[in-house]
Amino acid sequence: MNFAFTDDQLLFRDAVAEFFANECPPEKVRWSWNDEVGRDASIWAALAEMGVIGLTVPEAFGGMGMNEIDLLPILTEAGRYAYPAPLVETVAVVAPLLAESAPAAIAEKWLPGIADGSVIATVQLDGQPFVNDMHIANLLIAQRGDQLFAIPAEHVRSTPQISVDGARRLFSVEWDEADAELIVSGDAALRAADRAFDRGAAATAAQLIGLSEQMIAMTVAYVSDRKQFGVPIGSFQAVKHHLADAELKVSFARPAVWAAAYGLANSSADVDREVSMAKCFASDAAEVVARKALQTHGAIGYTTEHDLHFWLKRSWALASSWGDAAWHRRRVAHLLLDA
Amino acid sequence: MDLTFTPAEEAFRAEAREWLEANVPVGLPSGDTAEGFALHVEWEKKLFEAGWSVVSWPEEFGGRGASLWEWLIFEEEYYRVGGPQRVTQNGIFLLAPTIFEYGTDEQKARFLPRMASADDLWCQGWSEPDAGSDLAGIKSRATRDDERGGWVINGQKTWTTRGAFCNWVFGLFRTDPEAARHSGMTYLMVPLDASGVTVRGVERLDGDEGFAEVFFDDVFVADDLVLGGVNEGWGVAMATTSSERGLTLRSPGRFCAAADRLVDLWKRQAAAGEHPERIDSLRSDVAQSWMEAEAYRLATLADVTGLVNGVSQGARSSLTKIFWSELDVKLNETALRLLGPAAELIETSAGAVDGGAWMKGFEFALSGPIYAGTNEIQRNVVAERVLGLPRK
Ligand SMILES: Cc1cc2nc3c(=O)[nH]c(=O)nc-3n(C[C@H](O)[C@H](O)[C@H](O)COP(=O)(O)OP(=O)(O)OC[C@H]3O[C@@H](n4cnc5c(N)ncnc54)[C@H](O)[C@@H]3O)c2cc1C
Repeated sequence: MNFAFTDDQLLFRDAVAEFFANECPPEKVRWSWNDEVGRDASIWAALAEMGVIGLTVPEAFGGMGMNEIDLLPILTEAGRYAYPAPLVETVAVVAPLLAESAPAAIAEKWLPGIADGSVIATVQLDGQPFVNDMHIANLLIAQRGDQLFAIPAEHVRSTPQISVDGARRLFSVEWDEADAELIVSGDAALRAADRAFDRGAAATAAQLIGLSEQMIAMTVAYVSDRKQFGVPIGSFQAVKHHLADAELKVSFARPAVWAAAYGLANSSADVDREVSMAKCFASDAAEVVARKALQTHGAIGYTTEHDLHFWLKRSWALASSWGDAAWHRRRVAHLLLDA
Repeated sequence: MDLTFTPAEEAFRAEAREWLEANVPVGLPSGDTAEGFALHVEWEKKLFEAGWSVVSWPEEFGGRGASLWEWLIFEEEYYRVGGPQRVTQNGIFLLAPTIFEYGTDEQKARFLPRMASADDLWCQGWSEPDAGSDLAGIKSRATRDDERGGWVINGQKTWTTRGAFCNWVFGLFRTDPEAARHSGMTYLMVPLDASGVTVRGVERLDGDEGFAEVFFDDVFVADDLVLGGVNEGWGVAMATTSSERGLTLRSPGRFCAAADRLVDLWKRQAAAGEHPERIDSLRSDVAQSWMEAEAYRLATLADVTGLVNGVSQGARSSLTKIFWSELDVKLNETALRLLGPAAELIETSAGAVDGGAWMKGFEFALSGPIYAGTNEIQRNVVAERVLGLPRK
């Protein structure tokens, strides 16, 4: 029993965190809100250079051949810095799906490009109405019932949908089967789609942990500094208890997310339950933390001039994508009670 | 990361399971009544004789030198088979870690083996009528008696759990009334049969005589009953209270077992077919409670990994205490909702489901956010010592 990351995993994570601190400061997130494309290709390229983008691509295709235990701490850092690009879709979902389920020709066509940063991939599973980052993607992986397809981006017609998080880019998409390559069909496709969904949910949960931790850090700094009645507002017990509640939520969501990473990496028999618990707790935590952060910032947190709203809105968006807390709680209930 | 136990640990689990399944008593009455307590002590002695009462202690004191992981495994198995509350807990889980840390060799030899064997039964004497959350406000005094080589105690303790059934109490007493609030206190161990001690049982919310008031009138205790240094009791006491908040008192096994019983209760209620809408509407609550117990287990695995590598929990143990106490309340509340009109029936009623255990569990769970430092105090600690918010 050893419920911790290795030194190498932590070093990798810290290097990525340092990279985001330099390359994706809040001004960059603000730029993403305001710029039409809103994606800095040089950051993606640098992440590919560091091995982050190819992290889950098998070594045979030029990647790092690593798993969710290596990846999720890195996605936590992406969440902490509110980095707005499709890491979950490309790295956590599509690369492992192609590696496990695609025929050799399709895998060979796309995986090396993912690993070297030249192919950005996004995904739409049944039940997901919108696609993230179709505007910069080269490849869409989509489910239709018991079939999974790879569709080159030029064959996808997309209509933007506007998220409350102005740094997100969501799209409704249409495409024709004639332009698509079949990856896998039948039960194997359903299993692959299930696994893809679990990966997306767990990866999003990891981002929510980082978002939550950052909102707590921003709020602790703010309430320690801001004075009313001649003292820092952080000395008031009502404010302290809001923040203690926030810390409590994240502290018990975090181990659930790491356990989901472990479950995915080791194909645990209970992986559905482990992932749903992680996403349920991470979504709930982020929503509570966002509320507490806004309340204890007061009106300054209620402006778009202050940075806090980037984190609030990303939290709301991610808390309800890849299944919200209620959906995942129902899934756990089903697994526990209907067995 | 490796979330599996070694073959040796699994062998330990199998051995514990086999013994517990064959020996755990069913249906013991509450250990917080005189008759129930006596039966629990019998069970504790049986545990001791088979070498299972204090698995993590060194063999010389009655344990089997088990690792922290093995201790967690033992606790899982103990509660999985429905093992009863440990009436020795104040000794083995709270005082003992403090004796291991601060006690003299004589104190270890004198107290630990008799604690392991349930020959001595310990209660804790912190709270006083005017000192609850503000423990440093205690007034019970111990004055120096050089002639006899010891201390003379006067004062009163209260809310002393199982005080009416135990034979020893440990706690804090003021030894230097001039000193600042947190100094001038000494940690003393006092035999309850000493002359001048009066114990009066007090009925708790659940109707059991689980509380007691302890009065001290010129009670003499010798110097060898001081634990740690004279006037250094506050620091020693903090060691005990952090055991109470954290891992040792409330291992996850207990909550995971309760969560599994809740799932089982849901299934039984669903199968009974009465009030299907109510049962159906509680699915998510049952799942939430089960997940909270599981989250507590996972957080504990992470904490123990830290401990094994020399990283202590520190003030984060306050988060642990808030989490287990609040999950326990919610879990029992959910069970009562599943029972609907039968929820109010207690153990002495023929129609009570599961012998009234859920109402009993609910009433006990409600004390969790109060004892071991109230959850308001724990939230202060989290804000100030985990997050670093200003005290004033
Ligand atoms: C089942 C049970 C078993 C117990 N067993 C023992 C035992 O064996 N030995 C023993 O010594 N004691 C025992 N206690 C007593 C327990 O330690 C005290 O109840 C606890 O420390 C709180 O003290 P109090 O009850 O005097 O409440 P108070 O301190 O009077 O608190 C009352 C309320 O005020 C709040 N409050 C107080 N101060 C603050 C503050 N600074 N900030 C915010 N809120 C505050 C509290 O959180 C609480 O909600 C037990 C209690 C229970 C319920």
